[in-house]
Amino acid sequence: MVFGLMPCLASAQGFAGLGTDAEGFTTPVPERAFAFPQDHGAHPGYRIEWWYVTASLTAEDGREMGAQWTLFRTALAPGGADEAQVWMGHAAVTTPDAHFVAERFSRGGFGAAGVTADPFEAWIDEWQMAGPSLDDLRLRASSPDFAYDLGLSAEAPLVRHGEDGYSVKSSEGQASYYYSQPFYAVEGTITLPDGAVAVTGEAWLDREWSSQPLSESQTGWDWFSLSFDAGQKLMGFRLRETGGADFTSATWIGETVEALPDGAFQADPLARAEVAGREVPVRWRVRLPDKGVDVTVEALNPEAWMATSFPYWEGPVTVTGSHQGRGYLEMTGYE
Amino acid sequence: MLDVRDVSKSYPGAEGPVPVLQGVSLTLARGETLALTGESGSGKSTLLHLIGGLDAPDAGWITLAGEELTAMDDRGRARMRRDVVGVVFQQFNLIPSLNVGANIAFQARMAGRHDAAWCDALASRMGLAAHLGKYPEQLSGGQQQRVAIARTLAARPTLVLADEPTGNLDETSAHGVLELMLELVAETGAALLVVTHSERIAAAMGRRLHLERGRIA
Amino acid sequence: MIAQGLRALLGHWLRNPLQLFTLVAGLALATALWSGVQAVNAEARASYDAAAATLGEGRFAQILDSEGAEIPLADVVALRRAGWLVSPVVEGRLNFVRIVGLDPLTAPGGLGPVDLGSGPEVGTFLGGAGQVFGTAEALEALGDVAPEKVLSPDVAPMTVVTDISVASRLLGQDGASRLIVAPAQPIGQPPLAEVAPGLSLRPAQQGADVGRLTDSFHLNLTAFGFLSFAVGLFIVHGAIGLAFEQRRPMVRTLRSLGMPLDRLIALMAAELLGLALVAGALGVALGYLIAAALLPDVAATLSGLYGAQVSGALELRPIWWLAGLGIAMLGTAAAGGGALWRMARMPLLASARPRAWAMDAGRGRGLRSAVAVILLALAGALAWLGSGLIAAFAALGSLLIGAAFALPLVLELGTRIGATLARGPRADWFWADTRQQLPGLSLALMALLLAMAANVGVSTMVSSFRLTFTGFLDQRLASELYVTAEDADEAARLVAFLAPQVDAVLPIVSVDRAVAGFPAEIYGTRDDRTYRQNWVFLEAAPGAWDAVFAGQGAVVNEQLFRRAGLMLGQEIAVAPGTALPVVGVVGDYGNPIGQVILGEAQFSELYPDARALRFGLRTAEAETVADWLRAFGLPEAQIIDQAAIKAFSLQVFERTFTVTGALNVLTLSVAGFAILMSLLTLAALRLPQLAPVWALGLTRRRLGMLELVRAVLLAVLTAAVAIPLGLALAWILLTQVNVAAFGWRLPMYLFPVDYLRLLAFAVLAGAVAALWPARRLARTPPADLLKVFSNER
Repeated sequence: MVFGLMPCLASAQGFAGLGTDAEGFTTPVPERAFAFPQDHGAHPGYRIEWWYVTASLTAEDGREMGAQWTLFRTALAPGGADEAQVWMGHAAVTTPDAHFVAERFSRGGFGAAGVTADPFEAWIDEWQMAGPSLDDLRLRASSPDFAYDLGLSAEAPLVRHGEDGYSVKSSEGQASYYYSQPFYAVEGTITLPDGAVAVTGEAWLDREWSSQPLSESQTGWDWFSLSFDAGQKLMGFRLRETGGADFTSATWIGETVEALPDGAFQADPLARAEVAGREVPVRWRVRLPDKGVDVTVEALNPEAWMATSFPYWEGPVTVTGSHQGRGYLEMTGYE
Repeated sequence: MLDVRDVSKSYPGAEGPVPVLQGVSLTLARGETLALTGESGSGKSTLLHLIGGLDAPDAGWITLAGEELTAMDDRGRARMRRDVVGVVFQQFNLIPSLNVGANIAFQARMAGRHDAAWCDALASRMGLAAHLGKYPEQLSGGQQQRVAIARTLAARPTLVLADEPTGNLDETSAHGVLELMLELVAETGAALLVVTHSERIAAAMGRRLHLERGRIA
Repeated sequence: MIAQGLRALLGHWLRNPLQLFTLVAGLALATALWSGVQAVNAEARASYDAAAATLGEGRFAQILDSEGAEIPLADVVALRRAGWLVSPVVEGRLNFVRIVGLDPLTAPGGLGPVDLGSGPEVGTFLGGAGQVFGTAEALEALGDVAPEKVLSPDVAPMTVVTDISVASRLLGQDGASRLIVAPAQPIGQPPLAEVAPGLSLRPAQQGADVGRLTDSFHLNLTAFGFLSFAVGLFIVHGAIGLAFEQRRPMVRTLRSLGMPLDRLIALMAAELLGLALVAGALGVALGYLIAAALLPDVAATLSGLYGAQVSGALELRPIWWLAGLGIAMLGTAAAGGGALWRMARMPLLASARPRAWAMDAGRGRGLRSAVAVILLALAGALAWLGSGLIAAFAALGSLLIGAAFALPLVLELGTRIGATLARGPRADWFWADTRQQLPGLSLALMALLLAMAANVGVSTMVSSFRLTFTGFLDQRLASELYVTAEDADEAARLVAFLAPQVDAVLPIVSVDRAVAGFPAEIYGTRDDRTYRQNWVFLEAAPGAWDAVFAGQGAVVNEQLFRRAGLMLGQEIAVAPGTALPVVGVVGDYGNPIGQVILGEAQFSELYPDARALRFGLRTAEAETVADWLRAFGLPEAQIIDQAAIKAFSLQVFERTFTVTGALNVLTLSVAGFAILMSLLTLAALRLPQLAPVWALGLTRRRLGMLELVRAVLLAVLTAAVAIPLGLALAWILLTQVNVAAFGWRLPMYLFPVDYLRLLAFAVLAGAVAALWPARRLARTPPADLLKVFSNER
């Protein structure tokens, strides 16, 4: 979910008008030990940060659904002042034939948005992800079209990506801190224009913060979080290079957690669809030969376009092939 | 009473001045009647206009009632028209905004010689007594000419000028109007000069002069 | 055949260039006045629209504090966290510039100068030391308070838009002035009263206070525009009628030569259309010049009187061209339709002689009288019984049209009276002839009537306003000097310094609160003879000031009194939990909002945070005290001489007068032009009426003089109708329109000298208009007059 970072990253460059360097901000370094629950809270010394939940759900009527809840933090200026923070929330619900999106903004130092680590609460307006701890959360969002209220309970410990949470993003060394909680069981209600429906399923939380943008030659990314029916999970992303080799990275979450180097993970588009006036790949061949993974990943609803101020594609997917399962796909940079 | 000597008049035309009168002379005594005849364009109406002070000659002298008309300015000529002369035109003699009674009395009042009894007498002699409250547009052509004659005589002018006074009337009414006019002019003792191309009218006058191309023939 | 016909028709204009000029000039003038006034209106309105778009007024629902107080940010957070999508706005004035602070992150789409999608701009707007957007004028007036100024012509005049944090800093305000409510709100939102009990929701489209106030001014201008156009139409009507009459012989000839009637009529219609287009284009161009000349004054008037900001620059909008040309063609059609219809009905062998169509007296006189009586009765009934803006304007309309219809009857009565008083044949004829001319001149005279009545009405209204207002200033600005302190410390030092030097130091302190549901300023007032002696109550309970200073009553201004439907003795809430009876009502002209006056002691008890920074000084030696203040170190800008304020107020009125004065002169000139053209039209037709009189002993010079006298006389008679009509107009404007539009009733004053001057202008207009025709008549060659009597015509 490092890639979820990107829309915010891109906007952060713009927001601050600071170009592409990270001067004045704290930058990630290897071998920094996480301290919880403090690290669940905000790190305003870094330029960008997010709390990103995606949930693959099944409704009581059998419909497959997806839900997204994201809170982004961007610092307009170094120094970590509350007033310099801008918060952005995205919420979405995807069904096989509909996709609902809402967006919120708030400035920092004002109270309408923020994150506290203990007890944990991340919020923007009435949207909220809160609970006694990160293992036991209630996730809520609403808009004129939809609302959801989901209970999340973690069934396994956190997963750290890269080198113990230090996740490299390019061959030039850009990196972020990145950990996940991919083991939430979900139970709750989704309200759509045709009424409320009870849902169950699993959710995946990504936590990431950094100050370094992508390298200039990187045009976008494709990010996958897949949960296989056999119990393993895979996080993999591909950073697309203009005229060069793509940079890939992955984390295999099986009996153990294993970070895989550039090139181990392969993702290739199989079919594209025209979405919001753009050609977007909605069917993929995803391979991780080291682990015998060769699957087809297909969007539950190709129209899962996030028509927000900084638009991108994000939606639930189904997995078939060497492994069966479901997950989430995020794609940016398809202009 | 009227002495016209060597009067000439020309009007501007497309190719320079067009002579209308050339050295015309005539005299008229008190109580005398004179017919002025001639072809169309012979200058007879112009001569009448000059005698009536309605226009000024280019050359020559006109003396009227002892005053030299040709020496007068616009105001003097207007006074002569008001006090000395009475003119009856062929048409449109009357003031449209005044009724018959007011029309008859108008010149007499202007000249300061208004005599209500005389006006009434003229109106009834002219057969207009029943029409005094009417406006000119409500009268026939013959009636309008009779109002004009009554108006002229009501002011007791020294000289009555008439330019084709019955030219627009049919034979019968023309005759009646003419008879009346001659009779009344005789009663007031005024001199009368009538411009006409009618033999019949000319024959009723004491004298006649014939104009040809602006000269007395 | 068409080419031949057209050549024959157009040849007429070549031989009668004056007629062509009349037609084109009349139509162009009419269009010019109309489009000029429309342009001024449209420009002013466009400015309001820009303001509304900038501030979100009207377009979005808003949340306000029920008491008019600032909304604490904690409340904003509570609302948002409860699912209310509201966006705070901080608003206030600094250096006469309206500062609007928006939160671009939460403002509904389209508000403010930057778009969220354009990342870099938003970042700069939000971050850094502050960025203000405004027009050059506003940015200049604002001064050096913001580090970065961005020129933005789309922002409303004398307004700057900035980030809410910058606005809070500049204005020293912690909370929000109001909240803009996003049009779509999330599911499951709790009721407002549960989340924030002290706040109230104002639905969209209710915030157009400025619009309502200035509408009255615009209505005045629009009425002027239409009146002017009507005046112009009279001219066009006359010119077209004459041209058609004079071309009757030619039409007969063309028809007898085989030109079909319908084709002939089509040709003439096309000819008129062409003329209308040319004249309309000239008119719009001329109108633009008028508007460009008037707009700065209109802008100043509106901003001075009502606080509405209008941009002083004019844009030539394409819509004016279309509207201007459209109205020109409409006018031509109205004026030429009748002539074409008569032409279509004319038998082939009808007399070719031009008939005195204009003199067709008596036609429809009965009908006109009936219409006049009905309209005047309606106007009376509406003025007496009706209420509200629509009834007032309906009364105005009926009055004006009814009076116009009644004018020929009044004039005829006048000439009849003149005739009975006349002695002598010339006088008899003069009156009789005048009466006969009336039908031909009545259209032009109606135009003069309307022009003069509007002149009297509007100048009476504006002058009454000025008199009342300056009298009111004398009451309100009783102190000789006004000083402003930078802060509370300086205020304290000032008071200590001044107290021994002057007769009295009167603090001026107020807070903005909603009172009885309307926005108002609440003032705390010191017990001083200044108030007791100078202020005049419109209505008051006995001992009103005693009650106020004892904290047992409040004085309100007339606006609040009328709008809230208050009565003496009725209680109003002046602070949360405190209500006081209304003990007096004072006039407060020119102020769009309500005012409540409390005693100083009670005010500081209720609003302990409000500190007076402005003070009125009573002293017999203003100059000396001002010198001391300068020596004390107070900057010049903080010392205001009472005389300067009055001068500023009067200057506002002077501008108002410039605008109305210019329009008055233009309208009168157009009416004068209408008279001139009517007289010229009539001149040729009048020879048969004048020739017999001339033959019977009146000089041409005398006849010319009489023509002049007649025009003057008719102008005077028209003025005799116009002045009472104008006063009625003013009465309706002051007592009906003003109350409905502004909330206060102005006393009406009469200005006999002004009316005499207007009378002189009317006489002058009539005389100038008649001068040329009279001169022409005096110089008519006798031969032309003599032609009347012979068959040669």
